[in-house]
Amino acid sequence: MANRINREQVKHVAELAKLEFTDDQLDALTPQLDDIIGLFESLSEVDTDNVEPTTNVTDQINVMREDVADNWGQSAALLKNAPDAARGYIKVPTIIDESED
Amino acid sequence: MNFETTIGLEVHVELKTNSKIFSPSPVEFGDDPNANTNVIDWGYPGVLPTTNKGVVADGIIAALALHATVEQHTHFDRKNYFYPDNPKAYQITQADKPIGHDGWVEIDIDGVKKKIGIAEMHIEEDAGKNTHERDHSYVDLNRQGTPLIEIVSKPDIASPAEAYAYLEALRQRIQFTGISDVKMEEGSMRVDVNISVRPVGQDKFGTKTELKNLNSFNYVKRGLEYEEKRQQQVLMSGGSVRQETRRFDEKTGETILMRVKEGSDDYRYFPEPDLPALSISDDWIKQLDAAMPEMPTDRRHRYVTELGLTDYDAMVITQTKEMSDFFDAMVDLKADPKMAANYLQGDVNAYLNDNQVDLAKTKLTPANLAGMINLISDGTISTKMAKKVFKAVTNGEEPKAFVEKHGLVQLSDPAKLQPIIDDILDQNPQSIEDFNNGKKRAVGYLVGQIMKQTHGQANPQVVNKLLMAALNH
Repeated sequence: MANRINREQVKHVAELAKLEFTDDQLDALTPQLDDIIGLFESLSEVDTDNVEPTTNVTDQINVMREDVADNWGQSAALLKNAPDAARGYIKVPTIIDESED
Repeated sequence: MNFETTIGLEVHVELKTNSKIFSPSPVEFGDDPNANTNVIDWGYPGVLPTTNKGVVADGIIAALALHATVEQHTHFDRKNYFYPDNPKAYQITQADKPIGHDGWVEIDIDGVKKKIGIAEMHIEEDAGKNTHERDHSYVDLNRQGTPLIEIVSKPDIASPAEAYAYLEALRQRIQFTGISDVKMEEGSMRVDVNISVRPVGQDKFGTKTELKNLNSFNYVKRGLEYEEKRQQQVLMSGGSVRQETRRFDEKTGETILMRVKEGSDDYRYFPEPDLPALSISDDWIKQLDAAMPEMPTDRRHRYVTELGLTDYDAMVITQTKEMSDFFDAMVDLKADPKMAANYLQGDVNAYLNDNQVDLAKTKLTPANLAGMINLISDGTISTKMAKKVFKAVTNGEEPKAFVEKHGLVQLSDPAKLQPIIDDILDQNPQSIEDFNNGKKRAVGYLVGQIMKQTHGQANPQVVNKLLMAALNH
């Protein structure tokens, strides 16, 4: 294994993705992820000096709509699709407030 | 040990657009929960956002109003995080190329002017709103996708008083552009605050803490004052400040530890693949700049140099664009500027406070208030009579018609006043004798009698002049 990523980093990435793994799974995943990163490393062989970073691959620019409101009236259908709803709200398990706002 | 303080402010301003930043859902407040949402706002699979041109325009306007450089080649980025008010599990924002950078606003504390730098401003989407009840939480996505501008200050703010002045200057400038209501009490302006202190002479900034729950400019100032002192005390007692988030308690004025921050946030930003980049033309910037309303600082300058207002009056009148526009309209109608300013600051403000209402929502009009002031200026009514007229004007009545209808015309004609004064003097020989014996109070009594006789309509200045002439005869 080339040590492109270690076990702690895999655990961190899993936490960011809200995924839980057992110790055994982490042991198995670490070399696999390491291999995957290795595959991507071949990209770094391309000479990108003097190349502007790409932010979008469609070559489109300035696709904008005018500021006109249009209510599609979908809220009833959307709430029906929610796992649970009450009084027009989406009902979710109690949130421990750790938001940044 | 002497300390210096460094304060950083991140201000979120909610834009007054018709529709959301990436979906056509209306931006409205107070509607039923989730009424203004569609599949895009809910982050359904396969949906695509489209950029609202009005939001980009507002971003450019904000940049111009804050003396910032408009970034002409800009794009959106994804900020990844999980939270139930954020159904996509990412926020579309700008990280790499914010729409504006390197701006400034000028603050003025007791006549001392200082420029506070603005590092950058970017456009982004707001999240939904959660309410927490005992067993469950409830999510309303109406606010999801509401456009925001986030304005990040440079570390130039050196005291809580400067932070307050900066927020006030920022609020005013943004409010004058008309892109936002910028009202903290309504959530259209939100302030995140961080503060650190360091011994004078130390190069490195001290460890900063973040403050939450600051719901007014005043709380921002008080929270910072408390935190500044707390951090100084920690350092003086040999301790070290921890990187933590603290909550301001409005009742005690203290800050209370919420959580200690470990490591930095990991949002894994990357360019938003669903939205094409933006290229902002010189012409578009020029066009928006040309349409920019006169800024509060420029108005203050004009009021002082051209209209003769005091600095203080000019400052109060420019608190809001509404008030300033109202004042300008009155001056256009030939109202005396000083009197117009006095009425706006005095009677009008008192009326707005008593009724808890915004100027635009009242029946007051510049034409009627200017009309009333002109009636005072030309001597038709006294300032005392104006009290009654003002009340009528707040009910939308035309002042001249009201004055005529109620016979509120001031008696200024000396030919009419002289016989009344002569009568009063004939009836009060004792007062004349008192006056001749040096008792000045007698004059007041005689004026009172004349006012009584004329049912308060005599012009006090004319009465005084005629009376003194008669007494000194």
